[in-house]
Amino acid sequence: MRKLRVLYVTLVFVFLYLPLGVMIAYSFNSSRFSMAWKGLTLDWYVKLFGNTALMQAALHSLLIAALAATCSSILGTLIAMALQRWRFPSRKVIHTSLFVMMMSPDIVIGISLLVLFMALSLPLGFWTLLMAHITLCVPFVSITVYGRLQGFDPHVVEAARDLGAGEYEVFRHVVLPMVFPAVLAGWFLSFTLSIDDVIISFFTTGPTFEVLPLRIYSMVRLGLKPEVNALCAIMILITVVAVFVSQRFLKEK
Amino acid sequence: MKNDGFFKLAVIVGAISWMAIFAFVPNVLVFLASFSSTSSANFIEPGFSFNNYARLMDATHLGILLSSLRLSGLVTVICLVTAYPFAAVLARTPKPLRNTLLLLVIIPFWTNSLVRTYAMTAMLNSSGIVNNVLLALGIIDSPLAMMYTPGAVVLGLVYTLLPFMILPLYAALERLDRRYLEAARDLGASPWRAFWKVVVPLTMPGIVSGCMLVFLPGIGMFYVSDVLGGAKAMLLGNFIRDQFLTTRDWPLGAAASVTLTVLMGVMLLLYWKSAARLGRKEA
Repeated sequence: MRKLRVLYVTLVFVFLYLPLGVMIAYSFNSSRFSMAWKGLTLDWYVKLFGNTALMQAALHSLLIAALAATCSSILGTLIAMALQRWRFPSRKVIHTSLFVMMMSPDIVIGISLLVLFMALSLPLGFWTLLMAHITLCVPFVSITVYGRLQGFDPHVVEAARDLGAGEYEVFRHVVLPMVFPAVLAGWFLSFTLSIDDVIISFFTTGPTFEVLPLRIYSMVRLGLKPEVNALCAIMILITVVAVFVSQRFLKEK
Repeated sequence: MKNDGFFKLAVIVGAISWMAIFAFVPNVLVFLASFSSTSSANFIEPGFSFNNYARLMDATHLGILLSSLRLSGLVTVICLVTAYPFAAVLARTPKPLRNTLLLLVIIPFWTNSLVRTYAMTAMLNSSGIVNNVLLALGIIDSPLAMMYTPGAVVLGLVYTLLPFMILPLYAALERLDRRYLEAARDLGASPWRAFWKVVVPLTMPGIVSGCMLVFLPGIGMFYVSDVLGGAKAMLLGNFIRDQFLTTRDWPLGAAASVTLTVLMGVMLLLYWKSAARLGRKEA
């Protein structure tokens, strides 16, 4: 029975990791056209860094992810605090909407924002993409931070109030330091969400501002390319690092 | 404390207006668009008719809708059946090892799903690893055509979405108080009966949220069906995308999107009901 369990868990992990491993292995394969092994090479990585369009898209992705993560961390934290500390009309509606947005299929968010941007006649590009990614990330930050706030002793805030702190001081010197690990975790979460997103970006960015997943998407549709293997290998590596770092922040309590 | 009220007011007003602009208004616009019509001059010609929903119900469109629901439903069932025992074993693994295993689930969870879909092509290609292994073992003599089939799309969706099923199930199973199970067994329930009558109801919120996290994106992930299914396998996501970007029939695409949103609403209600029922029982 025990052996069976170990075998089962191992099989699921093999299923999850084998394709990734194979792709990483092929990114070092010197054969261009077949999957047959022709020896080790770093050519694809060299080619990758020489591909200016791809590098440009990668820079765009990093820029959007960093900005979206930062804006949504600030916005998400403020919303979480407002929901937790104050009673105001529409509080429940906002709380529910955050859950609904988190569960919404990306395609629904993508087209609804496309319709919004069209209605406002905003040209699709950097700004619309940034707004779309912030919209995608805020609910995740809010819910993470809200969960963290729920676990705290409300007396600490009361004590700060009694000692004369205003709402801003309470936020700056009491709430923020307490939830900071959750905010950082939310930042990393947002960063990965933004870098990973294909569907929402597909609808909300224009030809003037191309991001990495969309670039990969158009390359992948044309068939296997060793440079793409190399690029994907790098992206996996970045994800692994991000996961380790964010787990660190979440664990420190 | 002079600016006391100002900060509070600014945050509340900011939160409300942000949610209104980016969550409420866009969805209302799509909802309105689904009742409008299209003209050569405009993507959307304001109006009110159920025409688009009627068109969604004609034979071709209904076929796409149903096949998409079937495909995604199948993916959800496969993920649930695969993930449940996996999550159960994970929840009972001792602490340090469990954390490591959990981290190993989180890594693919956060890895770009397009990258993971693409990795699947390296497995399924005619010169891919699966064919190579089968050929080398002499099980087949010519490569199997696995790419561009509905099966490839199902496999690709299961592959990308499996972690989204494992994590909520794990959370539910980890919280499960094993004393309930012991009590059921002491009272004479067979292991099977104890599982259905005790474990499944207690982990229902996890089951429902896992199914939501697999089923809903499964319908929408058009790139999985593009990359692994060629032009053949159609998801509702492909349909919506094409209405917005190729055919330019926004009202019809909006109606399809509203349908998907309603589906999500139903599933969310199911989730809240199952969570609330549990909450009542435990209170």
